[in-house]
Amino acid sequence: MSGHLSTYEPKYGVTKWLDKRLPIIRMGADFMTYPSPRNLNYWWTFGGILTLCLMVQIITGVILAMHYTANVDVAFADVQRIRRDVPFGWLIQPMHAVGAAMFFFAVYVHMFRGLYYGSYKAPREMIWILGCIIYLIMMATAFLGYTLPWGQMSFWGATVISNFFTAVPFVGDSLQQWILGGYSVDNPTLNRFFALHFLLPFVIAAVVGLHVWAMHHAGQNNPVGIEPKSKEDTLAFHPYYTVKDAFAVVVFLLIFAFFIFYYPDALGHADNYIEADPLATPAHIVPEWYFLPFYAILRAVPDKLMGLLLMVGAIAVLFILPWLDTSKVRSMRFRPVTRIWFILFLINSFILGWCGAATPSDIAIPMGEDKGLNFLWLSRISTLYYFAYFLLILPIMGMIEKPKELPESITKSVLGGASSGGAAS
Amino acid sequence: MSDTEHSHDHVDEEKRDFIYIAAGAVAAVGAGAIGWPLVTQMSMAADTKAAGSIEIDLSNIDEGSQVKSLWRGKPVFVRHRTPEEIAEAEAVDVATLPDPATDNERLMPNKAGKLDPRFLVMVGVCTHFGCVPIGEQGKVDALGEYGGWYCPCHGSHYDTAGRIRKGPAPENLVIPPYEFISDTVIKVG
Repeated sequence: MSGHLSTYEPKYGVTKWLDKRLPIIRMGADFMTYPSPRNLNYWWTFGGILTLCLMVQIITGVILAMHYTANVDVAFADVQRIRRDVPFGWLIQPMHAVGAAMFFFAVYVHMFRGLYYGSYKAPREMIWILGCIIYLIMMATAFLGYTLPWGQMSFWGATVISNFFTAVPFVGDSLQQWILGGYSVDNPTLNRFFALHFLLPFVIAAVVGLHVWAMHHAGQNNPVGIEPKSKEDTLAFHPYYTVKDAFAVVVFLLIFAFFIFYYPDALGHADNYIEADPLATPAHIVPEWYFLPFYAILRAVPDKLMGLLLMVGAIAVLFILPWLDTSKVRSMRFRPVTRIWFILFLINSFILGWCGAATPSDIAIPMGEDKGLNFLWLSRISTLYYFAYFLLILPIMGMIEKPKELPESITKSVLGGASSGGAAS
Repeated sequence: MSDTEHSHDHVDEEKRDFIYIAAGAVAAVGAGAIGWPLVTQMSMAADTKAAGSIEIDLSNIDEGSQVKSLWRGKPVFVRHRTPEEIAEAEAVDVATLPDPATDNERLMPNKAGKLDPRFLVMVGVCTHFGCVPIGEQGKVDALGEYGGWYCPCHGSHYDTAGRIRKGPAPENLVIPPYEFISDTVIKVG
């Protein structure tokens, strides 16, 4: 599948001239004619959706930067000024804020799709790892950006997260002061967070380039998880998947627009409309929804360093996933038992998010009067399952599970035939 | 020509290795020399470091109440403790504490060289992840299970000497460097 033959032929004198010197049209043409598996479903449209998300964030972000000043005296007021006084600021600021949430929503769908269809397995390990790196930089970017409006949640979120570094043995305090540029989160912190928040999206764009390059080199995975064998197993990216992606993008933009126009603040926290106050911590600090599962893992153990290591481990484990899953079969469609473990993992991720939003000592599942399982213990059980899925279930299931018979080819799985196992689902 | 030492065919490998390593070493020193300032610029600036001391007048603080002052961007708590609170703090068996310290070890001598257990001065920053613990008298649940402070972020409980008793915080609330500059005024920092 790798490196399909170029079919581009320059027609005009100028394009022929250019093709010999900078084959950029050829590159675009090859991208558009790239043979994609013919059976890609709508879960595969999120790659395109994510590209759009990154572009929206960069464009709206650069615009916001033209109206924003990273100074503790004016930052909070600047964001309000953007929303009230700057022409179309009421539109562009929520596009950026809601856009961050939409970006994470899309990236989670994209990641779960990879987990379900085994897109991380050989020869696609580098695509997966580059994706994990993108996700990591996305988290850093989102955290830095959330500090900029300088509300109470901005300030205390930055305080709590920068305090993670004090858990590092011996150098923790100096490390934290180096990151903050002061004894506490203050003007130097806001300044550097702004600079880095501006920088990182471009780093993401570069890694996305590598991610797509690796994908074109190894070839796309597909819902049945077998490699295309003949020309009839594939379709040109354009128009088949450009149109499919475009439809998905329209649906995605409808949801996006619904939030921008009707609930621009629904995904934020009301406390962020109070200006940062270093003397008073809000009673209930919660991160944005897309960090809640990791926040629950952090709080699951009553030890600062252990909690931090667990949270870091929850992301680190994704990087070695290609070597943890021992099964040769990619798609969960043909793994009847592991599929159930996967669905439990998906539900478990939502439970972790629920725990992250709750107060640990509150009762989650009532059992009799004033008794039951509290959120602390629920998050402990969920954290255990999160790690067990990667470290025990996937390695063991690959060895003991008997997968269903794989279809002979992608075409057979689509058009039917003797061995089209489970393709109709 | 061809059989002399300086022919094209003969390469002095040792000399090449030496030049290669020497050039690499100089480049590494150069990279380090420019890298260090680029990294260190993020440390605290001199003015930030210097803006670090405040004075607090203890005579304005009523028994049972607490004042918060901003010091280095963080709150400093001064609590005028009641006799019951002092007794409670002194009665604890130090060996049972997660971060053992006697009540007296958490005080500084006044002008007369004596410890005044009524005034407890602490940095009001939870040693877990840096939130400000709540500990105002008269507020329901605000003192935590040990009558001192309670951190709302991740549920750490501190006693009336600001020592960690329960929850994820690893250490007692920090005592800032301070001294009495008169009978009733302290200088923090």
